Amino acid sequence: MKPKVAFFDFASCEGCQLQIANLEETVLDVANLVDIVSFREVMKEHSNDYDIAIIEGSIMRPMDEERLKSIRERAKVLIAFGACACLGGVQRLGNNWSSGENLAEVFPTSKEIIANNPYFDNPHSRALDEIVKVDYYLPGCPIDKNEFVRVLVALLQGRKPPIPDYPVCVECKKKENICLFTIGKHCMGPVARAGCGAICPTNGGECEACRGFVSYPFDKAHTEVLQKYGLSPEQIMNRKTMFNNRHIHSASGGNPK
Amino acid sequence: MSSIHVHVEHLTRVEGHGNIVLNAQNGKVEKIEWQVPEAPRFFESFVRGRPYTELSHLTSRICGICSIGHSLASLKATEAALGIKISEQTQMLRRLALHGENLQSHVLHLGYLVAPDLLGKDSVFPLVATHKAEVLKIVKLHRLANEMSDLLCGRTTHPITFAPGGFTKVPTEKQLEEVRNRLAYAVPDVEAVAEVILANAGKLPAFQRDTEYIGLVSKKEYALYDGDVGSTDTGKHKVDDYKNIVNEFLVPHSTAKFCKHNRASYMVGALARFNLNYELLSPMAKKWAGKFGLKPKCTNPYMNNVAQLVEIFHSAEDTLALIDKLISSGVKEEKPAMVKLKAGRGVGAVEVPRGILFHDYTYDAKGICTKANCVIPTNQNHMNIQLDMEALAPTILNKSEKEIELTLEMLVRAYDPCISCSTHYLKVDLKK
Repeated sequence: MKPKVAFFDFASCEGCQLQIANLEETVLDVANLVDIVSFREVMKEHSNDYDIAIIEGSIMRPMDEERLKSIRERAKVLIAFGACACLGGVQRLGNNWSSGENLAEVFPTSKEIIANNPYFDNPHSRALDEIVKVDYYLPGCPIDKNEFVRVLVALLQGRKPPIPDYPVCVECKKKENICLFTIGKHCMGPVARAGCGAICPTNGGECEACRGFVSYPFDKAHTEVLQKYGLSPEQIMNRKTMFNNRHIHSASGGNPK
Repeated sequence: MSSIHVHVEHLTRVEGHGNIVLNAQNGKVEKIEWQVPEAPRFFESFVRGRPYTELSHLTSRICGICSIGHSLASLKATEAALGIKISEQTQMLRRLALHGENLQSHVLHLGYLVAPDLLGKDSVFPLVATHKAEVLKIVKLHRLANEMSDLLCGRTTHPITFAPGGFTKVPTEKQLEEVRNRLAYAVPDVEAVAEVILANAGKLPAFQRDTEYIGLVSKKEYALYDGDVGSTDTGKHKVDDYKNIVNEFLVPHSTAKFCKHNRASYMVGALARFNLNYELLSPMAKKWAGKFGLKPKCTNPYMNNVAQLVEIFHSAEDTLALIDKLISSGVKEEKPAMVKLKAGRGVGAVEVPRGILFHDYTYDAKGICTKANCVIPTNQNHMNIQLDMEALAPTILNKSEKEIELTLEMLVRAYDPCISCSTHYLKVDLKK
């Protein structure tokens, strides 16, 4: 029997689920390998009977927490799908303020409506594994669609999904890119988890470590490099927090494994 | 008499979470509500304190499907605030990127999300068995639109190459020519898919409700990247004056920021653009509008689907013309324009697949964002969806609950709502 797979989403842009559609013809092969029983974005059919739950998005409110827990109870395997689910996403930057301050900035004139309203109950961004056990992580903003297929196939074959644990610099060197530090740019590549094929430096962008850090990042050395290349403490903090506010807020906070 | 209760929790085949509630008793509608319980993410709050170089990368994350449009609205706001001028080539490449997004989004919506309704299926997967040739054509077009976006943006979702003042990497003439040729060969596939939609267009309900239509307008072109704000009711307005157009407001017992301009609601998106800018559509787009009997001003919101199809033809033809122009003038390896920091405020507007999008930023003298506001197309449409439902529901109560549900779902789906984007829209029924 084919394993039953269900997709779910919480606070996110849904860009990671979009990468499934972006598999183009391959999505038909995926549909042959597994039984997709729930995928709200693309299908009306829904079932609560599933083996693998693939979850995009970060958890903002108690009502989201409850929904996540009920998914966890039903699923044999739970996969955190993308930077929001693995790390809390860019919206984790909002945790630098209290939820009251955020609500006041975005909804300045609606205090009475927000009070005692479950939709606005202390929203702040958390990764899935701060609430439930996560079995596997598919990092990235967005996820890499080919990595998704590799992970799914590995799971079906009973292998450990192959997520790299070396820095983006390794892939960037393989691409024969000129190091961004030598052309006046700054980059999180030395500490960022690879697997993206160094897609940002390859396209003239700077790595922001959207896939999180490697398990043992040389954070101090990297900070010294950023200082050496002229970044102020505020600028260094900006680079580290864009996707990894989780690690800045909690030194003990786990990496995606 | 019977009572009818339709409660669609988490409407499917749309982006984000939305609920439809209809209660009717003895042939009278007691409650009809379009609710959006999506969690707020506070983009406008957390971008405060971030440097101008980051804004387009952060705000692209508002929406996976419209990330190219969000990036461009963001860059235009930043460039307006800091007084950055962009080259003619950058303008053309951005227009191409926007066409790429329009193509991928419209193909996805029509091919994967709407077609199942027209062909009586619950999703695209059963269509693979019954309409394999057409599904494969849709997949092929989707791939082409995505690869065009990859080429211009570095990747399809969350552009990498976009920077204030230009591109960090420009495509080569050879790469552009390849896209051009593939697209030219794909036009017959678009026509084949359009024929299938045409053959089933009778399934789109013949509902009409006149409203105000708002979108970018320009004398020069079918406005997507640039222009003034146009309204079918009140004519032209300046983009900088957007707050007087969107008029975000709150209603009692609701947390939503609604938008209204000249009437109780207005509509944005492909149908609004079509109604405002029909004359400037490409020849094939006009031809296909004619085949569907689509004429401005069309007041049937279900025809937004057909307006999207018409725009697929327009974007394809305009892409071919733009690439020809780029190649004939020669693609240069330009660096983004130099930026001289200064304090200021700027507003950027672009048309994204679902309608007009505004970003508005204020920067301090160091280029750090101190205030941000984003007005998303789906937010602008929510009130119009609600009023459409109020007008439509009483006319369909004689149908079965299943048919009522489908008719209402198809209405919301026609707007192609992007609910994750609409950060403010949260309508709550607080009555217990």
